Amino acid sequence: MAPYESDHATGAGPDEDPRTGRRKAARYVVPVAVVGVAAATIGLVPALAASGDPDLPKITAQQLVEKIAKSDVQRMSGTVKISTDLGLPDLGSLQEGMGSGHEDSSADPRTKLTELASGTHTLRVAADGPEKQKVSLLERDAEYSLIHNDKDVWGYDSASNEVFHTTAQHTGEKREHRPSATPDDFAEEALKSVDSTTSVTVDGTARIAGRDAYQLVIKPKQSGSTVRDVTIGVDARTGLPLKFTLTPKSGGAPVLDAGFTKVSFAAPPASTFDFRPPRGAKVTEEKPGKDEHSPGFGGQFAPGGLSGADTIGEGWTTIAKFDTGAKGDKTSQQGGAMGGFLGSLGDQVSGDFGKGTVFSTRLVNALITDDGKVYAGAVTKSALVKAADADK
Amino acid sequence: MSRAETTCPPAARPLWTFGLLRSELVTTLRRWRTLVLLAVLAAVPVLIGIAVRVETGGGGDPDRGGGGPAFIAQVTNNGLFLVFTALAATLPFFLPMAVGVIAGDAVAGEAGAGTLRYLLVAPAGRTRLLLTKYATVLAFCLLATLVVTVSALAVGALLFPLGEVTTISGTRIGFGDGLLRALLIALAVAASLTGVAALGLFVSTLTHSGIAAMATTVGLLITVQILDQIPQLHAIQPYLFSHYWLSFADLLRDPVLWDDLRRNLVLQGVYAAVFGTAAWARFTAKDITA
Repeated sequence: MAPYESDHATGAGPDEDPRTGRRKAARYVVPVAVVGVAAATIGLVPALAASGDPDLPKITAQQLVEKIAKSDVQRMSGTVKISTDLGLPDLGSLQEGMGSGHEDSSADPRTKLTELASGTHTLRVAADGPEKQKVSLLERDAEYSLIHNDKDVWGYDSASNEVFHTTAQHTGEKREHRPSATPDDFAEEALKSVDSTTSVTVDGTARIAGRDAYQLVIKPKQSGSTVRDVTIGVDARTGLPLKFTLTPKSGGAPVLDAGFTKVSFAAPPASTFDFRPPRGAKVTEEKPGKDEHSPGFGGQFAPGGLSGADTIGEGWTTIAKFDTGAKGDKTSQQGGAMGGFLGSLGDQVSGDFGKGTVFSTRLVNALITDDGKVYAGAVTKSALVKAADADK
Repeated sequence: MSRAETTCPPAARPLWTFGLLRSELVTTLRRWRTLVLLAVLAAVPVLIGIAVRVETGGGGDPDRGGGGPAFIAQVTNNGLFLVFTALAATLPFFLPMAVGVIAGDAVAGEAGAGTLRYLLVAPAGRTRLLLTKYATVLAFCLLATLVVTVSALAVGALLFPLGEVTTISGTRIGFGDGLLRALLIALAVAASLTGVAALGLFVSTLTHSGIAAMATTVGLLITVQILDQIPQLHAIQPYLFSHYWLSFADLLRDPVLWDDLRRNLVLQGVYAAVFGTAAWARFTAKDITA
């Protein structure tokens, strides 16, 4: 770009010759080229970054499962991206409307847990031994942190500047008070369900968060399950599950996809776990023992999570049965307007058991019969009806 | 800027460019319009500070409804957070609007006033004149951001206590470290505005009316902001210049999350390159009749 080049253009009068016009138009090639280069970079960089699957020594599924079980990562920090797509309508605003009435602190872990049930979230996790753990839910210009340091468990919601505090009773017990939302928590739940109804295979290798990993695939053998498979990416060196993907039979996006995008096995700085409530923050104290077990997010997805109710069947097609005791011949009569609203969300079905309504998500289906019984499980609609018929 | 001005560049040609830049800066900053814009920007933190102070003056619990700009819940306990609140409040609209006004006026205003041809008489060449204009707009981006930052810091120090800062990750950092982060955030915000500045400059080369250029730039800004809010358009949103603006909040995490900050800088760079070269293509090939 010579500084004076443009002066020619100034001289060109209204009757400029076509060559100058072409030269003027040629200048616009520059911005167009910049756009082209930018677009090409956006397109090419991910393609170049995926440099193929790493070569790792062969391993059997049995060995890999043992490797996960033996994995004892004490110090680590990383970023986890978690996407959930249950196929539910976005109930965020509804929850907010209902939640505003009660007195719960917004820093209470149980309040925050429900947020993870839909959409995509980024978490940061850090751990330094069994006494120091931290999980942070990154929000737009805010963050929710749950910090376990020795005897104290702190929840800090930076958006509202509220603090939740409780003391851990049995220190030393791993992940006692934090919501389980990392790939290894899900993997633990999924591996609990490995029995005769499941096939476990190793399906090649992958690079996850910059580390070499084996892919463990868990598939239900039973036909009635809504789960197609569960894929767990296991770090080849440490045996720590780095990625967890649950794909439904109906296809499409995974119901649950949680994976590390960054991971480091160095000890995080001690200041990470050193929390003191900031000046002026509202602190909600909770007496220990009220909530012995933190709610397990992962548990809801695995068959084992359906404990506490009567169960029908085994393995992946376990169906939980509750009896609400409400005897009405129609759903709409039980709950008035609310019942009618719920009825409109589900499908009416009938069988030997009578009549009922099936509520479907991409993973879990539930059948509510008109005589007040509830059958729910990660099974197809027909399997639910069959179970209800058999139960009659 | 001021420190560089006092040192004399060795070669003659840079000196020339520098004289041009200085005269551009002085002309821009002496305009009433510029001063009013800066005054409005300086008033925003004052308003927020007084509002928060009055709201919580009774010593009672501030309303924790969760509304309002980011970080507002922390302002009462640490005046430094007023800087972050003020930047979060001005970045979506006030700051880019001010930049749009200055950038839109840069070339079109001269053309409208009939002074552009006199500028071109000087042996600086159009490319260099355009670069000077862009540098002036960038200087205004930085100045406007610093005006908000300094005003917010002053108001925050006057009305609220200062001290150790709790990051949004719950860890504590010293006040000096907090000030450093505030400065970094101001720089990140100023850098966020470079895309709008280039866009405004390009629009400015298209017309002879300063008002038309300003209105178009501000109109584009509002349109892009609205598009960024529509969930159905999530596929194109990462390419909108305003998409990563609020990523400056990631500087308040501990450790800092650089991903979106980096994406923001790259995006602003691409916008600056595309619209900067487009402005160059247009301006160097344009017939100057006024």
